[in-house]
This record gives sequence, structure tokens and C-alpha cells, in this order.
Amino acid sequence: MKSSLINIDKLSLSFGNKRVLKDLDLQVGKGESLVIIGGSGEGKSVLLKCILGLLHQDSGSINFMGAKIIGENKQQFLSQFGMLFQGAALFDSMPVWENISFRYKYSKMFTKTERKDLAKEKLALVGLSENTADLFPAELSGGMQKRVGIARAIASNPKILFFDEPTSGLDPRMAHNINKLLQDIIIKLSATTVTITHDVSSVKALADKVALLESGSIAWQGKTNEFNSTDHPNVSQFKNPSSF
Amino acid sequence: MIIKFLLVTGTFFLSLLRSSGKLVLFCARAVISGVRPPIYYQEIFLQIYKIGYLSLPVVGLTAFFTGGALALQIYDGGSRFNGENVVPSIVAIGMLRELGPVLGGLMVAGRVSSAIAAEIGTMKVTEQIDALSTLAIDPVRYLVFPRITAATVSMPFLVCIGNAIGIMGGYFVGVNRLGFNSTSYILNTFEFLTIQDLTSGLIKAGTFGFVIASMGCFSGFYSSKGAEGVGRAATTAVVSSSILILASNYLLTELLFKS
Repeated sequence: MKSSLINIDKLSLSFGNKRVLKDLDLQVGKGESLVIIGGSGEGKSVLLKCILGLLHQDSGSINFMGAKIIGENKQQFLSQFGMLFQGAALFDSMPVWENISFRYKYSKMFTKTERKDLAKEKLALVGLSENTADLFPAELSGGMQKRVGIARAIASNPKILFFDEPTSGLDPRMAHNINKLLQDIIIKLSATTVTITHDVSSVKALADKVALLESGSIAWQGKTNEFNSTDHPNVSQFKNPSSF
Repeated sequence: MIIKFLLVTGTFFLSLLRSSGKLVLFCARAVISGVRPPIYYQEIFLQIYKIGYLSLPVVGLTAFFTGGALALQIYDGGSRFNGENVVPSIVAIGMLRELGPVLGGLMVAGRVSSAIAAEIGTMKVTEQIDALSTLAIDPVRYLVFPRITAATVSMPFLVCIGNAIGIMGGYFVGVNRLGFNSTSYILNTFEFLTIQDLTSGLIKAGTFGFVIASMGCFSGFYSSKGAEGVGRAATTAVVSSSILILASNYLLTELLFKS
């Protein structure tokens, strides 16, 4: 058993009368690649936002390396996180290179030239040419935006990466390429990753461990080989929706 | 019937109080965020350019035509009691105390408040604000404080320039259309002006700047999802900032000219 990097204990969150997360327990081990699957509206993105401190839970706790992600700790922890948003969430008023190196824009650690070099290095890592650096997000295709989003997420060599629906809105070929790219990056950075998806191909490409989120709590979790072989009805339904 | 009326009225006032409380807390958070470092000076200067400098044409044109129209109106009104000579003084006092800041404020509210709400609203809808947070940047400190500071600082300068252009509009109409002597028009303009006329207008302008940016940021930050939500946020920002400008103008006038 790998040592636990993120520990979620009895997490609950409601929006008005709707209870989105219900006493959710989950652990993510160091170096592990966890993929959380589930249908639309089951609370996957909400869970991710709670881990990142973008939403505050009603009860329960989230610990990162044994400490709570709140208050002064939050900024320190966030510097160790990298996040790819569903729609890439690139800053449309900035060129690609500035998006990638934005974390360091107001830091004295890097000069402008160094930031641009860093961005170009990360662009190469995600398979984009140097010429992309000066383009604006509106000038990029959906797949390129995802790649830039990945480059931004890995710009600070984070300890843990979060991917929210990395293949949504992409054609199957591009989705395959993005999955392959993420696979390579996970290996290259030896990072812990948490991916949220409802794309089974992403599960196969990225997961060490799979968790099924249903009605706000974890309905099933196990290793990838267990995911492939389990006859748990909800997981089976997810794998072969046409047979139900 | 009475119960239904009370229910509707009560719900309306509770919602108004809730929104007001939320707005006050939001503004307090924005101001407090600017006290501690890091302060994004680059963003503040960029916003001064966008909010202040780029609003100059619209404020200048408004002031010029208002000054001209004011001169015509006062001349027509003054002629009823042989008071045509007050035109230069009244144009100057009217512009400095009231029309410069209020009309300038309303024009900037239309141009800037909606733009801020739409920009921040779109950033919220497309998760750019969440992205800022995950990059360890406080969105309020990065987006809200620079806009509020820029608008509060820019508005007095804008109004100052607007006042000068408005007085020039009055001069232009007075001399070319109403037959005033150029030198006496200029002398009469400054004869009755006091420093308080100028400072009161500038205090108002700074307050209106704060209101415009706060309402724009607040509406954008709390806009609901989708294009409709962003559109509604932009409309809310303009309407609410305009109403708040007019209301605060009355309150400030009461405070500043009590005697």
C-alpha cells in the first residue's frame, strides 16, 4: 500500500436542498494515478473543487500530506498542485506563453525571457511548436487548448496533477492523443494524479486505481485490473452502457 | 390579499438586505486584500489606462455638449429677469459641482461597469477565476482590487478634464452664439468659483469611481452560468451603479453643502 498523499474523510456538501457529496471517503496514494468515474451530475467536479479549496465542504475533512488545505496552508499547497480544467480555462487576454508561465508572472524568480523559455520548454513537452507561444487562446483549436492547459498545469513541476474531463469535447483520435500525452507526462514527472472522467478509454490509459462516484459517495473502488474484471452492476453498466 | 402583499414586500426587502450585505462584504474583502502584499501594480496601471484614459473621449464629448446646452438654457432663463450675465458663472459652478461628476459618472458607468461585469462574468463561466485560484493567485486581489483602485483614482482626473471641456463648451456657445465678449466671459467664469466647488466635485467623482468598479466586479463575480447570466450581470452592473451614483450624489451633496 502506497503512503496516502490525499486523505478525504466523511466529506459532505449540499447546494440548497441538494446533497451533492455524502460522507465521502477516499485516499490517494503517493505516485498513484486515480481515475474517478461517474455519470453527469454525480458530483465529480464538485469533489475536485473541494480538494482544490475552490468549494468549502459542509462537513468532513481533506488532508494533504497530513495537513488541512485551509488558511495560510492553502497557498503553499496550491503551489504543489497542477490542474487541467474541462474547457482548459486559459486566460484569453494573454498569449499562450504567458498562460503557461502565469504562476511566475509576479514572482521575482524569473525574468520575462526565462518565463517565455519555460513556456516553450513545456510546449515542446506537450507536442506543440514554439510558434504557438505567441498565439492567443482564441486562435487555437480545442485539442491545442487542452495541450496548453496541460502545459500550464505542469509548468511548476507539481507533486500532484488534477485532470477534469481531459478528453471531453474532443474527437476520438484527439482524445486518444491526449490520453497518450497524459500517460507520458505522468511517467515523466512521476506525479500523483487525480483524473475525473466518464470516458472509459481515459480509465484504461491513465488509471492505477479507479473509483466510481455515485449519488455523492464512492460506490466502488479498486485497481485497474479489478475494474476490468469486476461484475459490480454499476461499474459494468459504466463499461458497457449498451448492454443495459 | 394583505398577507400576499406582506409576503412579496418582505421577500423583496430581505433579498435587498441580503444583496446589500453581500456587496458590503465583497467590497471590504477587496479593500482589505489590497492592504497586504502582493499588490499587482502592473494590473492597476493597465486598468487606469482602460478605465480612465480610454473613457476620456466619451467624458469629454458629454461635457462639451452639456456645457454648451447649459449656456443656452441659462441664457434663456436668465433673460427673463435680465440675468444673462450669470451664464459663465452658472455654467462653471454647475459643471464643477454637479454635471461634471454626475454625467461623467453615468457615462463611465455605461462604458466601464458593464465591461467589467462582462469580463469577470465570462472569466467565471469559463472557469478562469478558478484557474487563478489553482495558480495560487487570489482572484479578488488580482481582479477586483486593481479595478476598484483604478476607477477611484481615475474618475477625479477624468472629471477634472471633463469640467474644463464643459466650461470650454459653454464659452464656445457663449462667445460664438450668444455674443458674449471673450475676456469678460473668462473673467466671469472664475469670479464666483470657490475651491470647494472643485473639491466637492472631485470627492463625488472618486466615490462614483468606487461605485462603478465595485458594482461591475460584484455583478461579474456573482453572475449565474451561461451567456444569459453574463448578459444579466452586465445589465445589473450598469443599472445598479447608475442608481447608486444618483443616490450617493444626493447624499454627498447633503453632506458637502449642508451650510
